[in-house]
Amino acid sequence: MARLTYLAVLAGCLLGTLPLELWLRTRVYARPRRWLLAVAPAFVLFTTWDLYAIARGHWWYDPRQTTGVLLPGRLPLEEALFFLVVPTCAILAFEAVRAVLGWPAGDEPDVEGDCAGGAR
Amino acid sequence: MTYTQLALLAAVAAVLADTVLLRTRLLGRRLFWTAYAIVLGFQLVTDGILAGRHVVSYDPAVILGPRLCFAPVEDLLFGFAMVTLTLSTWVRLGRRGRPVRGRPVRNAGHSRSVRRRAAAARARPGPTTASRRASGTDTRRSSTR
Repeated sequence: MARLTYLAVLAGCLLGTLPLELWLRTRVYARPRRWLLAVAPAFVLFTTWDLYAIARGHWWYDPRQTTGVLLPGRLPLEEALFFLVVPTCAILAFEAVRAVLGWPAGDEPDVEGDCAGGAR
Repeated sequence: MTYTQLALLAAVAAVLADTVLLRTRLLGRRLFWTAYAIVLGFQLVTDGILAGRHVVSYDPAVILGPRLCFAPVEDLLFGFAMVTLTLSTWVRLGRRGRPVRGRPVRNAGHSRSVRRRAAAARARPGPTTASRRASGTDTRRSSTR
């Protein structure tokens, strides 16, 4: 069971933020294309960084607390998932705050003199 | 490069992404900082578990030394960079859904509300539409696109 430690932390992050999508209607998973595209740059850049750090010995993972599934570059499966899970949780938190407080993010259809509905 | 140098670089790059590259300017919004504060709280918890239980260990030679909830202080910059880059990209993608020069974009976050408003605008014949039609210059959307 100890080998599932890291995986369990990630599962906790996803389960802990799931109510935001279900009850606050954050609509992150409901917009899968935007969700995955938003996560992609961070995933690529931080995975690259992680591969470099692992290769240079900046940090290492306890094989007794990870599943042992290694991706190319000796990247633990959990690390790759981390770079998907954490950005996703950040978006969920961001949309939850917007849903509750109603503050603008800058992507609303009506802001900054935008002409809604195709009016010229 | 050390973890310290890379973390600083990442944080600066994330700020540049938000201000210059994607021009989302989230760093000037209270929505961003409120969400970041919440994420930071949970980051300290998960970092505390991962570093505290030694799921991940760090080479002392590549970090400054001070730790916060068992994790190197550099993790603060690491997390800030990841959250900022992600949220900036998210908002930028949402902007793509806004109508640009009257063209409704498909498959976007707000497309449904945009379409609804466009339909409402078409249904109500405003003076502009009426006069354009009278002068015979009314061009239907389908013919121009």
